[in-house]
Amino acid sequence: MKVIVNVFLKNGVLDSQGKAVHHALDSLHFNNVADVRVGKQIVMKLNETDEAKAREDVTKMCEELLANTVIEDYTIEIAK
Amino acid sequence: MKVSILQFPGTNCEYDTKHAFESLGATTEIVWHKSETIPADTDLLVVAGGFSYGDYLRSGAIAKFSPVMKAVKAYAQNGGKVLGICNGFQVLTESGLLPGALKRNESLHFLSKHHHLKVQNNDNDFLMLLEKGDVINIPIAHHDGNYYIDEAGLAELYANNQVLLTYCDANGNELNPNGSVDAIAGVCNKSKNVFGLMPHPERAMELILGSNDGIKMLQGFLK
Repeated sequence: MKVIVNVFLKNGVLDSQGKAVHHALDSLHFNNVADVRVGKQIVMKLNETDEAKAREDVTKMCEELLANTVIEDYTIEIAK
Repeated sequence: MKVSILQFPGTNCEYDTKHAFESLGATTEIVWHKSETIPADTDLLVVAGGFSYGDYLRSGAIAKFSPVMKAVKAYAQNGGKVLGICNGFQVLTESGLLPGALKRNESLHFLSKHHHLKVQNNDNDFLMLLEKGDVINIPIAHHDGNYYIDEAGLAELYANNQVLLTYCDANGNELNPNGSVDAIAGVCNKSKNVFGLMPHPERAMELILGSNDGIKMLQGFLK
């Protein structure tokens, strides 16, 4: 089973990289960009067929290692 | 006085730290991260600076699962004194031994220079030889030194005198190099036995190298 974890800085925590990319896009005259967030994507293959169990395990992985929940939020997508 | 200094793959300040404490008369031991114990006679445990595990994922994130970290947590929970410098500070926040987190510098640049710091609280072993309001000059060298803590956490830091040092200019006016909340450069835990800071006091031990203000900081632990 393929699992995709996206990690982004929480709303309210300044995303300096997102801001820098936004400025760079502006300077390339892409003037219709309202907001840019830079995050991380972690793609895993799990030896697991039970989706609920996979979600439970990956949540634990996120809480313990993949995200720092002081500053980051995460989302988990199970790709079929 | 025995100072034990942790060494992870990628740590690069352990020998500077050893030299600094030995110049003050302490005996030292470098402890490899695979050790499941720390020396029993340890009076101070230092998590030295560097780039543990190449800063992969997040600075300090992988180091927190090294075998030695269980012993470090137990040592800290029993009141043992722990000092995290730079990457060591990141390891301690990632491990939950210190509050907050270190983000990428606001400018996105790696900063490597001397910077002035203001002593905010000295009712602790680390800064007891300095006065509140003292301005000292200590090198910084980091990419992820942007201290973040939420409002509730910040209020708690202030309420318990846990803010140790803030970045400032030579006159003591706030000057924030990296975007840290309230220009915070170092904090301690509530029970004041775990300390963390981004600047490098072990690199400020000799005037010929630009500053010896680190002596008064590290000597506090030897009292």
